[in-house]
This record gives sequence, structure tokens and C-alpha cells, in this order.
Amino acid sequence: MPERGAPEIPVSLVSLRVNGTWLSLRLDNRTTLLDALREHLDLVGAKKGCDHGQCGACTVLVGGRRANSCLLLAVACDGSDVTTVEGLAEGERLHPVQEAFVAHDALQCGYCTPGQICSAVGMLAEAAEGHPSYATAPDRLAADSSPGQGAPEPFDALEIRERMSGNLCRCGAYPNIVDAIAEAARS
Amino acid sequence: MRPFSYLRAATAEEALDAFAARPGAQFLGGGTNLVDLMKLGVTAPEFLIDVSRLPLDSVETTPEGGLHIGATVRNSDLAAHPVVRTRYTALSQALLSGASGQLRNTATTGGNLLQRTRCPYFQDTSKPCNKREPGTGCPARDGVHRDLAVLGHSAHCVATHPSDMAVALAALDATVQVRGAGGERTVPVTDLHRLPGDRPDVDTVLRPGELITGVTLPPRADGGHSGYRKARDRASYAFALASVAATVRVEGGLVRDASLAFGGLAHRPWRARAAEEVLRGAPATVETYARAADAELAAAEPLRDNAFKVTLTRNLTVNVLSDLASRAEEGARPPT
Ligand SMILES: Cc1cc2nc3c(=O)[nH]c(=O)nc-3n(C[C@H](O)[C@H](O)[C@H](O)COP(=O)(O)OP(=O)(O)OC[C@H]3O[C@@H](n4cnc5c(N)ncnc54)[C@H](O)[C@@H]3O)c2cc1C
Ligand code: SF4
Ligand code: FES
Ligand code: FES
Repeated sequence: MPERGAPEIPVSLVSLRVNGTWLSLRLDNRTTLLDALREHLDLVGAKKGCDHGQCGACTVLVGGRRANSCLLLAVACDGSDVTTVEGLAEGERLHPVQEAFVAHDALQCGYCTPGQICSAVGMLAEAAEGHPSYATAPDRLAADSSPGQGAPEPFDALEIRERMSGNLCRCGAYPNIVDAIAEAARS
Repeated sequence: MRPFSYLRAATAEEALDAFAARPGAQFLGGGTNLVDLMKLGVTAPEFLIDVSRLPLDSVETTPEGGLHIGATVRNSDLAAHPVVRTRYTALSQALLSGASGQLRNTATTGGNLLQRTRCPYFQDTSKPCNKREPGTGCPARDGVHRDLAVLGHSAHCVATHPSDMAVALAALDATVQVRGAGGERTVPVTDLHRLPGDRPDVDTVLRPGELITGVTLPPRADGGHSGYRKARDRASYAFALASVAATVRVEGGLVRDASLAFGGLAHRPWRARAAEEVLRGAPATVETYARAADAELAAAEPLRDNAFKVTLTRNLTVNVLSDLASRAEEGARPPT
């Protein structure tokens, strides 16, 4: 809901359901979803790596789909359901992707990890809906398998790497990240 | 970033009216390009009209047997659409080759078409650039231009259009539906983007305030035998150095029909009509494909550091056409 605030700086009242709780924030229209989460809600799991959509460290789930929160204006997300890495576990029980990351030691410094995990959760949901990727063989791509009906794509390392290419890891923990996601995909 | 007012438009009329009232406005799709450029200071709208929630988010078959794609359909949903996968395979592949899973979930059809060049000088406000600030010059011509144009460029600008999707749409004869103060019109996607000439600041033939409402694909018997291949500096999540979208129909060892478009080479997706001339009726052989590519690329004027793109595109063309033709001949997949 846009409204006029202090002279010259338009602000809006933004409602977001963050990790299950509805919140209302009065935000400068320039605020990105990432800054709203980190600066206004103290949810610092999502990281500001590049702030330009190039690294994936800021990945969160918006309406259940993974997105780069650094390129989303918070005001444009008004009314949306947002899940951050802080909202994945159920109480003390980690999300299966989180568990797999721990089991496979899929990190070194951990900076990219919240983005990797949120991205993997979103990616596995896409795959379960039958979404193809650029690694999907052309014949299979053109075969008539409708999203939502088709079986999940075969999940080899190539598919995982392609589908996760929007998440960079400066530590190069990729092999273990791929293993962790492969295991989460099986479970 | 300059402060801006924000309006989420509920209907196309509301978006157009809002623009008419404040012509300094810009439309906001998924924002994956516009928000980035606002952060960089490349553009500084004082008013954003969010068109990403307009009720233009469906993909529907047309009475003629083609496909209409609403402007706000997200790139990921379009790539996964069963009709796109089976009958316009090149479009699906082009979309999937672009950006990342996260970005494709956010990016819209309209925004993808109108994304701006990735020329590094355009994005750096401390540098001159005719596209960003007309009359300041083009440092790319003699500077860093390895990723930039080899076809259709001018003394004033050597930028390329970065969209993969648009290249497939160009090969598939798509049209773009736009709506403005003067009503509705349809523009072939191959005419949407301009060549830079002496006005590189103007990317497209759209008038200020014109809204893209959708894209229409004509019916295609050969769409299932279409493909897209992209060459880039890393295996994924990078813009094209060069790319090729093609459809081909082979009968009795001859190319009956073919369409071809190049990406990463010019200020617009480059429909390769000279190459198509060579292909039509010729034997479906590697020699023909190479000759076709050469016919088109004869017009190339590479810059100091990007001549490799000409060879790369030739090889991609041969590769894509051979692949499609052999699959078409095998009849592995009956056309749908
Ligand atoms: C790191 C990174 C990598 C990328 N890699 C690739 C790649 O490999 N290949 C590729 O093709 N793309 C790539 N992209 C670009 C991406 O595809 C575009 O940013 C995206 O498609 C733009 O869509 P959008 O809806 O977010 O547009 P926006 O950013 O919202 O808008 C882009 C432009 O279109 C205008 N606009 C939006 N919707 C409409 C409409 N309906 N009518 C009229 N005007 C409208 C806006 O005013 C703006 O000028 C990449 C982007 C990033 C950040
Ligand atoms: S190539 Fe075009 S966009 Fe790049 S610096 Fe020159 S004028 Fe600007
Ligand atoms: S911080 Fe958003 S992609 Fe890098
Ligand atoms: S673990 Fe350090 S960046 Fe990935």
C-alpha cells in the first residue's frame, strides 16, 4: 500500500508473511527484500554477497519459489509468503536438506550456505513438478511430460550442478554440496 | 538510488493511465534487470508502475494452433510448459540456458525482451556511453569489446542484446503484442529491437509508455525439431558469447525448410535470412550448413578482439543443424 511519508522519500506499508508470521513494515520504496529481512527483521541468514543477482547468497523462497532477494523490491513483494533459512527447520528438527548439508559437510566458511540450502529446497520442488533444465536431454525435454504429472527428472550430478548454478561458493565446496543435494533428492 | 513512488497496477488500463499521468515512470516486471540498473544508477525512474501482477500470466493455445504467452508469465513456467517443450523446444532450451533458476522464477516474458545490454561501459556510470548518455562516445569500440557485436553495429555503439529467449522467438517467427495510448499493435519480434545506428540510446521500436501484453507463436509443424545452443565462458549461469536457434525440416535428404537466428552477435536477435536461403532445398549435409552460416556471416565486421565469434557461430550453426536434421530424419520423435 503506497503512501507518502517524509517529503521526497516515498514509503509504503508492506505486509509480508515471513517464516509463518504476518508482519507489517513501513519501508522506503527502495528497500530490497534482502535489506528488509536483514536490516528490519534481523533475519541475517540470507547474505548480501554481490547485491546484483550474480551469486545466489541472498536466495530465499517467495511463494515457495526460490528467488534472489537482493533484486526484489520489498514493496513489490507486498502480500507474499517468504521463507528464509531460519524458517526451514521445524522446531529442533532440521529440514532434510539442512540435515544432508551437515551429514556431507557441504560447506567450508558457510557464507553461501543459507542461499545454497534455500535454493536446493526450491530446486527440488521444481524438479518434483517436472520442471526441466538445460541439462535435460533434448529428446526428454521434448517428450510430452507435463509439469505436475511427469516423473521427477533423473537426478545425476550434471542436473544438480546445472540447476544449482545460480549459487556460487567461493570456497569451492561444490562436490559435497552436490552429494548433499543428491541425498536430499533421494529421501 | 533515487527515491521513487510505486504503484502496483491491477489492469493494463491502470498501468497505461498511470504512465500517461507521469511520463517519467517506468514499468517494473520481475525487476531482475531494472532494479539492478537502478542500483547502479544507470537509470533513475521517479515512479515505478509494477506490471508483474497484471492478469497476463497465462499460456494459451490460439484458435490457429499457435501459442499465446502473457507478458507476465515467468521464464521458468514458460520453459516448463508442456506445449513449449514439445512444439517450441528451442524456446524452452533458450529460456533454460539463461540466467539461473532463481532469476528465471522472477523474470517475466515482457521484461526479458526489454532487458538492457550487458556492455560493461553501459553499466558503469563513471564511463562515457552513447547508449546511456547520448553524445558522450563509445569507449567499447576501442576498449573492452570481446563480448560485443560483430554484426549490425555502428560507429556509435557495438552493444549486443543479451536475451536468449528473444533469439528463439526470432527463429520461431513470434510476434509481440503491445498496448499504448494509441491502442494496440503487433510487432514481429525480429523488428522489436533496433540496430544502433546513430541512436543507440533507443533500444526498440516501442514508444514511451507502450506496454508489452504478450507474445504469440504461430503454429509450427517443425517446432518439435527446433533447438538452441549457446556458447559461453563457463558451463552455466553466463551470458552467450554466441548462440544459435534453429528449426529444420528434412525430407528425402533435402532441407525442406529451415529458420535460423543468432544471439550474442548484434544489437538485436539476428534472424539469419541469407543462411536460410542457402539451406532451403539444399542437401542436408554438413557442407550445406557451413555454407549457409558463411553466407550470413559474410556481413560480419568483427572488432579487434571478437573475431572468434564468427568461427564460433559457424561451428554452432553446423552443430545445431546437424543435430536437428539427424533427429528429424531418424523420425525419433514424430512431429506433434
Ligand atoms: C546474474 C544475471 C545473469 C543473467 N543471465 C542471463 C542469461 O544468461 N540470458 C538471458 O537471456 N538473460 C540473463 N539475465 C537477464 C534476465 O533474463 C533479465 O533480467 C530478465 O529476463 C528481465 O525480466 P524482468 O521481468 O525481471 O524485467 P525487469 O527488470 O522488470 O524489466 C526489464 C525492462 O523491461 C521493462 N518492462 C518489463 N515488463 C514490461 C512490459 N510488460 N511492458 C513493457 N516494458 C516492460 C522494464 O521497464 C525494464 O526496462 C541475467 C540476469 C542476471 C542478473
Ligand atoms: S557499445 Fe553501446 S552500450 Fe557499450 S559503451 Fe558503446 S555506446 Fe555504450
Ligand atoms: S546477493 Fe543476491 S545474488 Fe548475490
Ligand atoms: S562455503 Fe564458503 S562460500 Fe561456500
